[in-house]
Amino acid sequence: MRIVIIGNSAAAVGAIEAVRKVDRSTLITVISDEPHSVYSRPLISYFLAGEIKPEQLCYRPKDFYKKTHVRTLLGRRVVKAVFEDKAVQLDNGEKISYDRLLISTGGKPFLPKIEGLDKPGVCTFTKLEDAKKISSLLKDTQKAAVIGGGLIGLKAAEALKKRNIEVTIVELADHILSLTMDETAASILEKALKKEGVHLITSNTVEAILGDDSVESVRLADGKLLNTQLVVVAIGVIPNVDPFKGTALGIEKGILVNERMETNIPDVYAAGDVTQAYDKILKCYRTIPIWPNAYSQGKIAGYQMTGNKKYQYEGSFMMNSIEVAHIPTISIGLTDPPPDNGYQIFKKLDRVSGVYRKVILRGDVIVGAIFTGQIDRAGIMTGLLRDGVKVKGFKKELVNEQFGFVSLPKTLRKERLLNLK
Amino acid sequence: MKRIFVKEEVCMGCRLCEIHCLVEHSKSKNIFKAFKEENPRTLPRIFVEEKGTLSFGLQCRHCEEAYCLEACMSGALYRDEKTGAVLHNKEQCVGCWMCVMVCPYGAIQRDLNGKKAASKCDLCVGKETPICVMKCPNHALEFRES
Repeated sequence: MRIVIIGNSAAAVGAIEAVRKVDRSTLITVISDEPHSVYSRPLISYFLAGEIKPEQLCYRPKDFYKKTHVRTLLGRRVVKAVFEDKAVQLDNGEKISYDRLLISTGGKPFLPKIEGLDKPGVCTFTKLEDAKKISSLLKDTQKAAVIGGGLIGLKAAEALKKRNIEVTIVELADHILSLTMDETAASILEKALKKEGVHLITSNTVEAILGDDSVESVRLADGKLLNTQLVVVAIGVIPNVDPFKGTALGIEKGILVNERMETNIPDVYAAGDVTQAYDKILKCYRTIPIWPNAYSQGKIAGYQMTGNKKYQYEGSFMMNSIEVAHIPTISIGLTDPPPDNGYQIFKKLDRVSGVYRKVILRGDVIVGAIFTGQIDRAGIMTGLLRDGVKVKGFKKELVNEQFGFVSLPKTLRKERLLNLK
Repeated sequence: MKRIFVKEEVCMGCRLCEIHCLVEHSKSKNIFKAFKEENPRTLPRIFVEEKGTLSFGLQCRHCEEAYCLEACMSGALYRDEKTGAVLHNKEQCVGCWMCVMVCPYGAIQRDLNGKKAASKCDLCVGKETPICVMKCPNHALEFRES
């Protein structure tokens, strides 16, 4: 059998490792437009900040493809898929046939309509090449503007700050991390960011990037001008479905997949940031572009492609861990639900230390949580949420900093600690 | 594979497991030096939860389907092919705390002494029985097939 994987990040590795657990003989080919062996894209901010060496970007050891018997076509782009022939066509005209295809092309930066996006000095920040490009521009840069106060924008801003660049973040919403955090958590982080010397402009956006040959300034929606030599567009990522547009592949925002990671086309699977899959908290199909989800979906697709039906996708949910201005934060699931609708919210806030903890229940189960300043053992909450454990008997303990397995009733504690999956 | 299990009924909360774990994972493996001279001091990878007379030691469960392995974006966490243990490469770790976010046991800690990195039980690689199990005075920790 021949498995072809398009993409070379978390979902691809999840698939390769799953296939090789049960099957050594299937031919696996990985195609990626990036010329690198598998590296961790989230680490590019650490790389730009100068905190890690280039070799630390490697997500798996150098001999990964050799050990897993994977043929790589790196630096090759898939230009189109010919599903009726069970083949994909590369940018050099070559056709690669498959028996099973996994699409794990990930996400790509969302680019809004802003005048002047084509100027040199305008960058995105999702791939290693982006980090290298930004790095190469820094010698002529004193000031940078980062459009977007989400995860990528904040990491870019912090990295630039560490390289002694004066950074301004411009965020459209009224607070940073508006998709994953509530206002209280965001305000703690905003305060810390400002203290570190990062400028922050909220409820505003960049309308135009100005300058003749290079970036000189940006014009904001309220008419103000901001001097800058570098612009990082970090508004968000969208599924990278370009090679499959106009085909019969089922795409809404991302590629629609079922619990076996199958698309609507036989023998074609998808996994990772490119997909639109079931969110078990929001109870809808949506993109959940996070690393753990990508790996896990890739793994399920890997097993399914070999015919092993043991693993199925049970639905995922949003979660993120990010440190902003030395403050660790974790957000899980639904963190800021509308005020009515039967949600029960427990909060504990210490403004002085910046420690904030919030847990959201729907009925008797946890549907979301925020940890700011103190994140230790947050995973217990993630586990209770993931498994839909009824927390009625101990719900008031959830926001307690000492919350642990001692807080659980004995039977539940023993079940969770001793009955290992 | 063999895993460590706790019997909360007989755990006294003496925390000797924590102390011996720390010493075992120190550079000198000497109790005095480990506490008084080594800087940064290593963390014990087992910790005792306590509430009233209830107590038990808890460390990484070395899950068969480990969420931490899937969430680790740096590649620092890996499965030891021989023993099946979930191990951690401190050099590769960047301290993103994705593992802290997903571990359902809350068993991965943040080590903020020295290089910021995750810290977890390694089942005392190379030892037949993990030190916490060996040193528990009331046999509250068991090392057995699961």
